[in-house]
Amino acid sequence: MLLIHCPWCGPRDEDEFANGGEAHVDRPNLPETVSAQDWADYLFMHDNPKGLLAERWVHSFGCRRWFHALRDTASHRIAATYRIDETRPDIAS
Amino acid sequence: MSERYSAWGLVRHAVTGNRHWPQAWRSPEPKAAYDVVIIGGGGHGLATAYYLARNHGITNVAVLEKGWIGGGNTGRNTTIVRSDYYYPESAAFFDHSLRLYEGLSRDLNFNIMLSQRGQLVVAHSRHELDFQRRLVTAMQLGGLDTRMVDRDEAYRLCPILNASADARYPIVGGMWQGRAGTVRHDAVVWGYARAADQLGVDIIQECAVTAVQRDPSSGVVTGVDTTRGPIRTEKIGVAVAGHSTVIADMAGFRLPLRSYALQAFVSEPLKPAIDIIASSNLLGVYVSQSDKGGLVIGGNADAYASYAQRGNVPSMETTLAALVELIPSFARVRLLRQWAGIVDYAHDSSPVLGISPAPGLFLNCGWGGGGFKAIPASGETMAHTIATGEPHPLTRSFSLDRFRDLALVDEAAAAGIAH
Repeated sequence: MLLIHCPWCGPRDEDEFANGGEAHVDRPNLPETVSAQDWADYLFMHDNPKGLLAERWVHSFGCRRWFHALRDTASHRIAATYRIDETRPDIAS
Repeated sequence: MSERYSAWGLVRHAVTGNRHWPQAWRSPEPKAAYDVVIIGGGGHGLATAYYLARNHGITNVAVLEKGWIGGGNTGRNTTIVRSDYYYPESAAFFDHSLRLYEGLSRDLNFNIMLSQRGQLVVAHSRHELDFQRRLVTAMQLGGLDTRMVDRDEAYRLCPILNASADARYPIVGGMWQGRAGTVRHDAVVWGYARAADQLGVDIIQECAVTAVQRDPSSGVVTGVDTTRGPIRTEKIGVAVAGHSTVIADMAGFRLPLRSYALQAFVSEPLKPAIDIIASSNLLGVYVSQSDKGGLVIGGNADAYASYAQRGNVPSMETTLAALVELIPSFARVRLLRQWAGIVDYAHDSSPVLGISPAPGLFLNCGWGGGGFKAIPASGETMAHTIATGEPHPLTRSFSLDRFRDLALVDEAAAAGIAH
C-alpha cells in the first residue's frame, strides 16, 4: 500500500487517489496541423521506464486536486510529489 | 539427446527405479553468433524457436532467458485458454491458437494437460445480456463455438453461483465457450523447450541482454550484449512481455505500451467445487479450480504503471470482494499464494506483432493479460515473420503501424475486460 503525500493534504492512503498516467505530455497544436506520426506519438508513444516515472495523480477522495509524483516503477518508492504548476524536480533515481 | 516419452518408457523407468531419465534439454554455453536470437525464454520465445526449427528449418537459434525458463509470466498466469474475442482478426488468431493447443500434447510429445472444461461469462443485467448477444453473434459469424445461456443453464453449469434473491449483482444469464479450458502452464514451457532443444535450439538461461547493437549507418541489428558476453546475430526476436519497452529503449525506438502488475491468487486446496471457469466482466473476476484443488483466481490489472512483481493491496481487495459476490460460499476460503506478473498493455488491448523500426528486430509484445492463450499461434506466426521478413496473414492487423494509421483493434472497448 502506497503512502502518497498530496501537496495540499499531506500523507494519505493510496485508496484515496487515482492515477492519471504520464505527466508532462504536451498536447500538440491543432491535430490537422501535425503529421499522423506526431499525433500518434502524442497519443500512444509514452515513456514506460523501469525506474523513475513522472505521473499525474488526483486526490479523488480528498481535495480532488491533481498533482504530480515522481515514482519508481520497480520499487514503487515515491521520490517526490509536487504541484501541477511546478517543474519536475531534478532527482536522478 | 532426450528420449521419446511413452507409456512403455514410464514402465521401463519405473522398474529401473527412475534413475535413468535423460535430461529434457541441454544447457549449452552461448556461441559467438547465431542466425536468430530470441530474447525471452517464456512460452512465446520458446514456441517461436520451436516453430523456427520445425516449420522453417532454422535451427541455429538461441533463446536467451535472464532468469529460468518459464519464470516470468508463463509461470504467473491463470492458465486459461479460450478464443472468445469480438473482432474477426482477434477471433481468427486466438481460435487458431486454441486449435494448436488442442493438438499440442501430441505435437510436442509432452502432456500439457489441456482440460476443456468451458468458460461461463455471466451477465448481471439485461443491458449486459444485450452486449453479450452482440459479442456472441459476431463470434458465431466467425465460426467460434460461443453461445448464449439463460439463467437456468448458468446455474446448472455452476450451481454455486450467487443465487441470492437480494444479490447486489443478480445473474441473469451469460455466454459460454465449451472449448475454453485450462492448461498446465509449466508443461507448455517444458514441452516447447524440450522439443526445440531436440531440433538444435540452444536454450541459455541466466543470460540477460544488456544492449542491442545496430549498424550505425544502416540501423540493421548486428547483435546483443549479454551478461554472458556479446552474441552476433542479424535477427532478433523480442518476447519479453512487460519488459518490451526496456528492450526497445536499448534498440533506440519507442513502443505504445505501458507495463502494469497483474495479480493472481491460489487458495488452499478444496474438494471439487467448480468444474468450469466462471467469470464476470462487471465484477472483474474469474475463477477455476486446479487439479490440486486450489481455486485459481484472477482479476483486473493494478491501476498504475509497475515493474514490481507483487501487486498492490487495493486491487487484491477488489478482486477478492468480486469473487465473494460471484460465489458467496468462497468467502471463508483462505488464500495460499498471491503474486503478480508484469504485463504490457497497448491502448487497444491488442498485441503488437511483426517488424519494428529497427531492421532485423521483430516484435512479440502487447499481450497484456492475455498472452498465455496465444503462445502456440504467437510462436508460429512470429517464426514465420522472422523467417520470411513478412507479417503472417493472421497478424497483419496487429502491426506497430496501426497506431500511426489509427487502425486500432479495439478489444479493450469491444469486450470490456482486460484480456
